[in-house]
Amino acid sequence: MDWSLPLNASTQGVHIDNLFWLIFWITGVAFVLVEVGILWFLWRYRARDGHKARYTHGHIGAEIVWTAVPAVTMVFLGIYSGIIWADIRSPDSFPDDAMTIGVVAKQFEWNVTYPGADRVLGNDDDFTIRNRFEFPVGEPVVVRLESEDVIHSFFVPELRVKQDAVPGMTIPIWFEATETGEFQIACAELCGLGHYRMRARVVVHEADAFDSWYDEQTGAALAAAAE
Amino acid sequence: MATMASEPTGIPVRVEEHPQSFIRKYIFSTDHKVIGIQFLFTCLFFLLIGGLLAVMLRFQLGFPGAALPGGDLLPDTMAPDGIILPEFYNSLVTMHGTFMVFFAIMPLLVGVYANYLIPVQIGTHDMAFPRLNMISYWMFLVSGLVMLSSFWVIGGASAAGWTQYAPLSASPEASGVSTGQILWILSIAIFGFSSLLGSINYITTVINQRAPGMTWFRLPLVIWALFITAILGLLAIPVLTAALIMLLFDQTLGTTFFLPTEGGQPLLWQHLFWFFGHPEVYILILPAMGFVSEIISNGSRKPIFGYKSMVFAIIAIAFLGFIVWGHHMFQSGMNPALGMSFMISTLIIAVPSAIKVFNWMGTIWGGSIRFHTPMLFAVGFVMLFAIGGFSGIFMASSPVDIYIHDTYFIVAHIHYVLFGGSLFAIYGAIYYWFPKMFGRLINETAGRIHFFLTFVLFNLVFFPMHGLGMEGMMRRIYDPSQYEHLADIQDTNTLITWAAIGLFISGLYFGVLFFWSLFRGKPAPDNPWEATTMEWTLPSPPQHGNWKELPTVYHGPFEYSHPDVEKDWLSQNERPDVVSPAHH
Amino acid sequence: MSRMNPTWLALVAALTIGCGGGEGGADAGGGDAGADASTDAAPAAPAVDPAVAATISGTVSFAGTAPAGTPIDMSEEPTCAEKHATAPLAMSIRAGADGGLANVFVYVKEGLGDMTFSAPAEPAVIDQDGCEYKPHIVGVMAGQNLAIRNSDAVLHNINTQPTTNRGFNISQPRAGMETTRTFSAAEVMIPVKCDVHGWMSAYIGVTDNPYHAVSAADGSFTISGLPPGDYVIEAWHETLGVSTQSVTVGAAETGTADFSFSEDMAGGPVPMGEPIDLAHPEGHAAG
Repeated sequence: MDWSLPLNASTQGVHIDNLFWLIFWITGVAFVLVEVGILWFLWRYRARDGHKARYTHGHIGAEIVWTAVPAVTMVFLGIYSGIIWADIRSPDSFPDDAMTIGVVAKQFEWNVTYPGADRVLGNDDDFTIRNRFEFPVGEPVVVRLESEDVIHSFFVPELRVKQDAVPGMTIPIWFEATETGEFQIACAELCGLGHYRMRARVVVHEADAFDSWYDEQTGAALAAAAE
Repeated sequence: MATMASEPTGIPVRVEEHPQSFIRKYIFSTDHKVIGIQFLFTCLFFLLIGGLLAVMLRFQLGFPGAALPGGDLLPDTMAPDGIILPEFYNSLVTMHGTFMVFFAIMPLLVGVYANYLIPVQIGTHDMAFPRLNMISYWMFLVSGLVMLSSFWVIGGASAAGWTQYAPLSASPEASGVSTGQILWILSIAIFGFSSLLGSINYITTVINQRAPGMTWFRLPLVIWALFITAILGLLAIPVLTAALIMLLFDQTLGTTFFLPTEGGQPLLWQHLFWFFGHPEVYILILPAMGFVSEIISNGSRKPIFGYKSMVFAIIAIAFLGFIVWGHHMFQSGMNPALGMSFMISTLIIAVPSAIKVFNWMGTIWGGSIRFHTPMLFAVGFVMLFAIGGFSGIFMASSPVDIYIHDTYFIVAHIHYVLFGGSLFAIYGAIYYWFPKMFGRLINETAGRIHFFLTFVLFNLVFFPMHGLGMEGMMRRIYDPSQYEHLADIQDTNTLITWAAIGLFISGLYFGVLFFWSLFRGKPAPDNPWEATTMEWTLPSPPQHGNWKELPTVYHGPFEYSHPDVEKDWLSQNERPDVVSPAHH
Repeated sequence: MSRMNPTWLALVAALTIGCGGGEGGADAGGGDAGADASTDAAPAAPAVDPAVAATISGTVSFAGTAPAGTPIDMSEEPTCAEKHATAPLAMSIRAGADGGLANVFVYVKEGLGDMTFSAPAEPAVIDQDGCEYKPHIVGVMAGQNLAIRNSDAVLHNINTQPTTNRGFNISQPRAGMETTRTFSAAEVMIPVKCDVHGWMSAYIGVTDNPYHAVSAADGSFTISGLPPGDYVIEAWHETLGVSTQSVTVGAAETGTADFSFSEDMAGGPVPMGEPIDLAHPEGHAAG
């Protein structure tokens, strides 16, 4: 049984994983204190002849300490998490000239629209490929996520990316891969009988390899459109 | 013939003294104790259903493609050749959550114990509105049967998750379920009304009918918990009901509240549902915390540590519970700025829960601990709820939630708080108040076996799910092997399934023990646990109307091991020569 | 209908609510199946004496050059991709070198009067093989079993979208699965799609008589066993619309009905659901 997170292949993912492990250690320490503490008390204060329980209704000092320590910890986690959240989700954090790719989720496929030869999404040279999401490593990518029917969710575990695709909305997200490789989009919101199998191929290319793949695709799209 | 007994507030309560027919006494009864017991039997049945549904869905995950034992009893639309279809799997997941949340855990906590305990712990004859109380039970039963019937209609039972996100839940074309969805909506609407009737009763009774001397800060923590829970229900359930009506209209009348055409908003469903849903989960835990406080105090032979802090923590959890709902929606597409605000309120709500855990530890510390079965379950609650609370911190952090949202990490968290938390507390409460309810004892050794089996198997089922979530296993998927990143989790899923089958069997064992004890348990004394709250001064079981003359309360609810008193407990209405004032 | 254990049947009978009312989307537009009775109310079909049975045959042709099909990229479904040496082409107009048009559904639209026919015991079959429906067009009688097979070891769902009949959307996650359904009312045509594989499509023609055929690769079709009489025969194509011919056949005769489709018919109305009224050809739009 493997207790590790998958390969971390994105810039945002590094921060998410760091935060995950930080919380893991904080809660881990608290976990040990609480559980060992309880077990110790259960043994130490088991009923024995001649020992009466201590009659006390509490201790204000203890209350203050065990209110303040969790509160301060939570505030700290909140601030740290907030900074990372803003870096990932805030409109200001979106990179300016990232390639924009449209992804439309539908029961039970992902239709990926590439911006065509002019690299601008939304005009005539765009072309759509079913279930293949390819982009270059080391460059930020913006995805404009939509849905045709019900709520789906665009989840690529290795990139630590997840965003619900909501019909009637176009939701932008951005990310930047740090490693080449082949991954998958997994749908992460129950969407019907095919939900368990709503996957697409993700290919992160070296920059040159991506350019050739892309040129090939735009060429093929132009040829098809000409017919 | 009626007896008027006057209350501190002067409100008369009539006590029925004429003999009643069997039907009026046991079936259509207005006696809060009978109603509580009716809830208990009904809920144990629904708990069984919920568990069965879980075993079925676990079977598919543990042994994918294998024929379910008894599966050929199921029609081909669910499981041809006994092999579960994906659409039926989605139904199983949906209905497991639905039955457990609405028809097992919530009514076991509230329908059973608010009804049973409030009058006998605060010192009154019955609820403020006994007939409304009776209606509340029968509405509950009807709602449960309506939900159960949805398996039998064409298209089957709802399959959009217990959270019913629109448009999937509003569109028979997308979900494959039409009549079943309508039945789900109707059932929960009826359930909601039943709950509201209950809340009205509990709130009014606690405010108006406390015995003389029972000031607010002398109330047992069970009563505080149930009182605050009732307020939560009163405020949250109407929101759900409104949302359900809109969903029903979207599906059947062509409205578009939650559909994106013509100005509708899928996210509106989520906001409405979770505005209810988050207070709902505090409804599912606060009474449990109340039970645990009482049982731990009793088992440790010590007053609860920090009574006032515990009360303020309950109130804080309830209040904060209304402003955290968006943490279920971090990845939903709502404005990311809301992600910030909901994250902050969610992290803050961890604090009162932490306070409670430390106070329970403080109660055990320095005690003289008796390891009776209720105490085992209560301490088990604290240990397991703590784990659930810790896992909650991961998902409270919205960036981490990007990864773990809709994975088994969430499933682990839910079950540590709902099962390791609420259900353990419910088991503890059942063992604890069984002698009072039925006049019989459950054998201690048999109860301990149930505890150990449940504790071990529960952890075997749900602890590994944290790991599954870390590996990225999504929720509600029929066949994880379809994804490369989940290629080697089958062994874990199979282990979990075996443990789940064991856990189910241990639940059956408890059922047998429960019913056996009803008929063959040793007769119970009035106060087998030597407890301080006032129900233990009544006979086991108490008579109709509870007291002939209402008691007077002299001190706080957990006066154990008072140094000036020889026996190690003092009932709330016992007047010793030396009485400890009720401040802490 | 799927077979049900008797216990379930009794419970369904006792508890099923709203057989016709609650079906939401599936019922939209055409109203509920008024022609529900065709399977069991009719007496046995008048046996057509083989000595006098007539035949109508012909060829469906396509004038012009059919557009080349686009290759279907099945690389994300290797289990299916492996079944094809080269990528199959998606094309709606399958015309042979000699101009024959395949996949045209030909059926008797008028001329059988009040005659009723009982559905054959043999099921019609549609198979999912290599992530394609085989056949692409299938004809079935109202009340006749349609056997849906999955020969691929991948999930397919059969999503039928009729307007008159009650539709269904069922999954078949494994190879070797077979599900049986029937349609209770005539409907020409019912579109079928798979949501997991968006390129998959098929059409089911449901008639209330056994006289239908699908044109072969060379455009030829034969409808045999007809009672002698005057008939209106309709040919239906999924993008080119419909064309009708009137044919009279005497006892034991073979009549000819040839249909010609051309590219300018594309874009016209293609009836789905109930057959369009020729006097008002605007009718339903396709799919």
